[in-house]
Amino acid sequence: MDKLDSSNYTGSSLLAVDVGEINTRAALFDVVEGRYRFLAVGTARTTATAPFNHIGEGISRAINDLEQITDRDLIGDDDRLIIPSKLDGTGIDMFTATISAGPPLRVIAVGLLEDISLASAQRLTSTIYAEVVETLGLNDRKTPEERLDTILKLRPDLIVIAGGTDSGASNSVNRLLESVGLACSLMSADLRPEVLFAGNQALNSTVENRLSNLTKHYFAPNVRPSLEVEQISPAQHHMVDIFRSIRASQIPGVSDLDEWTGMRLMPTSSAFGRMIQFLSKVYDPSKGVLGIDVGASATTIAAAFDGELNLGVYPQYGLGRGITGLVEDPSMNEFLRWIPMEVDPDYIRDYIYNKEIYPASLPVSPEDLAIEQSLARQAIRKAISTAESGFSKKIYRSARGMLPWFEPIVATGSVLTRAPSVGHSLLTLLDATQPTSITTFVLDQHNLAAPIGAAAAINPYLSVQVLESSAFLNLATVITPMASVRAGTPILRLKVVYESGDETSLEIKQGTLEALPIPMGEAAKIRLQPLHRSDVGMGGSGRGGSVRVVGGILGVIIDARGRPTPLPKDLGRRRDLYKKWLWTLGG
Amino acid sequence: MLAPVVHVLPMTRIRRHRVLPVTGRVLVRKSQMVSAVDVICETNQNPQHVILDIARGLGVGVSEADQLIQKAAGDVFSEGDVLAGPVGWGKRVVRAPCSGKIILSGQGKLLLEEESPPDKVLAGLPGEVISLIPGRGAVVESIGALVQGVWGNGEINFGLLRVLIKKVEDILSLEQLDMDLRGSVVFGGYCGDEQVLRAAADLPLQGLILSSMAASLIPLAREVPLPIIVVEGFGLLPINSAAFNLLITSDRREIAIKAEPLDPYIDQRPEIFISLPVNQMVHEPKDATIFSPGQRVRVTRAPHQSQVGTLMSLKPGYEVFPSGIKAKSGEVELENSIRVKLPLANLEVLE
Repeated sequence: MDKLDSSNYTGSSLLAVDVGEINTRAALFDVVEGRYRFLAVGTARTTATAPFNHIGEGISRAINDLEQITDRDLIGDDDRLIIPSKLDGTGIDMFTATISAGPPLRVIAVGLLEDISLASAQRLTSTIYAEVVETLGLNDRKTPEERLDTILKLRPDLIVIAGGTDSGASNSVNRLLESVGLACSLMSADLRPEVLFAGNQALNSTVENRLSNLTKHYFAPNVRPSLEVEQISPAQHHMVDIFRSIRASQIPGVSDLDEWTGMRLMPTSSAFGRMIQFLSKVYDPSKGVLGIDVGASATTIAAAFDGELNLGVYPQYGLGRGITGLVEDPSMNEFLRWIPMEVDPDYIRDYIYNKEIYPASLPVSPEDLAIEQSLARQAIRKAISTAESGFSKKIYRSARGMLPWFEPIVATGSVLTRAPSVGHSLLTLLDATQPTSITTFVLDQHNLAAPIGAAAAINPYLSVQVLESSAFLNLATVITPMASVRAGTPILRLKVVYESGDETSLEIKQGTLEALPIPMGEAAKIRLQPLHRSDVGMGGSGRGGSVRVVGGILGVIIDARGRPTPLPKDLGRRRDLYKKWLWTLGG
Repeated sequence: MLAPVVHVLPMTRIRRHRVLPVTGRVLVRKSQMVSAVDVICETNQNPQHVILDIARGLGVGVSEADQLIQKAAGDVFSEGDVLAGPVGWGKRVVRAPCSGKIILSGQGKLLLEEESPPDKVLAGLPGEVISLIPGRGAVVESIGALVQGVWGNGEINFGLLRVLIKKVEDILSLEQLDMDLRGSVVFGGYCGDEQVLRAAADLPLQGLILSSMAASLIPLAREVPLPIIVVEGFGLLPINSAAFNLLITSDRREIAIKAEPLDPYIDQRPEIFISLPVNQMVHEPKDATIFSPGQRVRVTRAPHQSQVGTLMSLKPGYEVFPSGIKAKSGEVELENSIRVKLPLANLEVLE
């Protein structure tokens, strides 16, 4: 992108605050030598919970931290942000904010058919920090009284109603609406849920009549205009508005923050999703872009294909207060296998429940770190698996059950960004995502993706230029050959031609993880010659060709460990393998 | 850096908001003295409703049915009472299928709320009602000793404290639960045996204070009808010395045990409270602070989890720990005089 056109923007600096479940971050961006740059980030504990119960204290401390780091005054004597910036260098020109703190919104999803509108209502709910506490549908055999009692008992924050294709069923939706309206009328005004109607548009006036004097209600385009078509995106904007409205009523300080942003406060996940969506418009449209944010409040999966965003926010797979969801899941043993040491499942259970009590605590020993990283692997795997149900069937993937082709995969979250080394981060990501074909892993090491996504609405130049800067760390380009052969069998022969003209050839065996030392930012041409009909993502089994790759901080990685990566049951062998892989990735 | 605070105090003044999540009836008055199990307020949080189609029941039209309904919204009725009718030569009527209250009437229908026992909010600690929150609850103030825990099963009770623990790392065994403990609140050590929890419920005890518990027992602990508080966490963990010393010196005192689950968003955590007579000015505890040298701290995570020590210094910059993680840290002198460097994220201020 060209240098900043200053005529478009009167000021250049931006302060972006993100109120997370554990930490509040204040990031500062400004123009340096004609281009936007990330300058620094200040951090403080989030104060949404007791004893403060007001996010203001955490925000104020994060900004103070940033002021100390940058030696720049951002808050004036009147305790307000200095906007616009002054000639003496104090203050900022733009402000954005995102938030993920707070318990997930409690949502009742209402629809007609379980696999159709109800499924769409649930998918829509999963685009914000929310949990579906109950579903009400045509076929759930609940009487009107039971529906009423369910709503009254669960006291949801939000009811999402879908159902009826446009100009389709109306009587059945009406019956469900009756229960919702009646329940609202029986609740005290301060406890009534907000309602989003995203069903048969012919019923909008009926909904208006039923709810107009009862509770805040919103209309969104039908999420199922026809049985074959699902359109979540238009309703997502309304979900963001509703999230802001409910959070403002739940957590003191949120409405003030919203006001500072000019009523543009966004859920962190939505801002993150916007950034991924933007990237998908820039990159190869034949592949998607995958964003992963492993946070304390939720694990977010943002997958965008040619500008179409699939956003999934999963509080049940968060590594903070929702972490016990991972042990309540019957697949607990799945992630035990990633731990390279002997460990009693009861110990893991105790560990997870303690982590829920102290979500901000950090692993001090290598053993605890291994558990935490295994939990992250499991959280990402489960989140991707859940999110995939919303992906289009037309998306290209190497084989059924495999991750679709993505380029790049952008990841963030403390468990990755605070890992002891980038090798730990990449190994966690490789194990968790099990990528196929050729892709690049990018680490959002300063948790900037969401702030940049939020800033895109007021200053797209900033988003683009920061993305192109070194604030995001290219971990590695990863090539994944897949073959159905025994471990040790050669599956790929490759020739690397470096920019310097030097050449190297090597043979990759099934079951191995190899690193090519292509320096960071340096391009190289790699000729891939599959053996034993392996698939390297060049158009099918046995097809090879040449690719231009750019080295990341870990060079180029050939992950030939197999998909899914088989892990030996023998603990000793597993431990040795893990050490070897980590060593390959720089330790 | 902001520091989380946990209270283990031999003498303090505390105020607790005891409120319903929905509107209900407040049953106490200002300045009233209450015990831990006195009801502050009540409501029916999970009402059961019945919709009666009177028009269909009487075999008449909607407008005629409305005229035949004998009760109005708000009226209370008993099972079998006539709600509508009679009509026709057969004197057809609609009778109440249950006892309850009329909620809505109209369009030939009645919406009834079945009578059911109300949900109650208990005081949770003995003390004085210092203010009322209309329709929602009250604020209770008390003076005495306070120990905060990390997990509770949702129950509240009070009773005579019986100390079964001799050392901070003791394990509570089935054999220790004698019949003579019946009706008391037992202070035990670690519990990893479901038979212990079942025996505690069978005796029954009035409450159980554990230093730690196996997380696998959580589903059972949520079911047993006595309050259970875990002071440290899950897995075999010794109790911190401050709580240990305070509780063992309170043997055979009356103790309130409010085992409400930890929920920082509504300022709720499990607490043990021993009401004490006062003849001096007692202040409320400090709930928020920043880390600073000289503070007494508790370690919240391995290594040294649940140990108490003094924060000697805050380290500049970031410290690298054996896991490879870099974090802001402090040097802590533990009670055994060993000095260790720990992430500040793994400490909470004990006061």
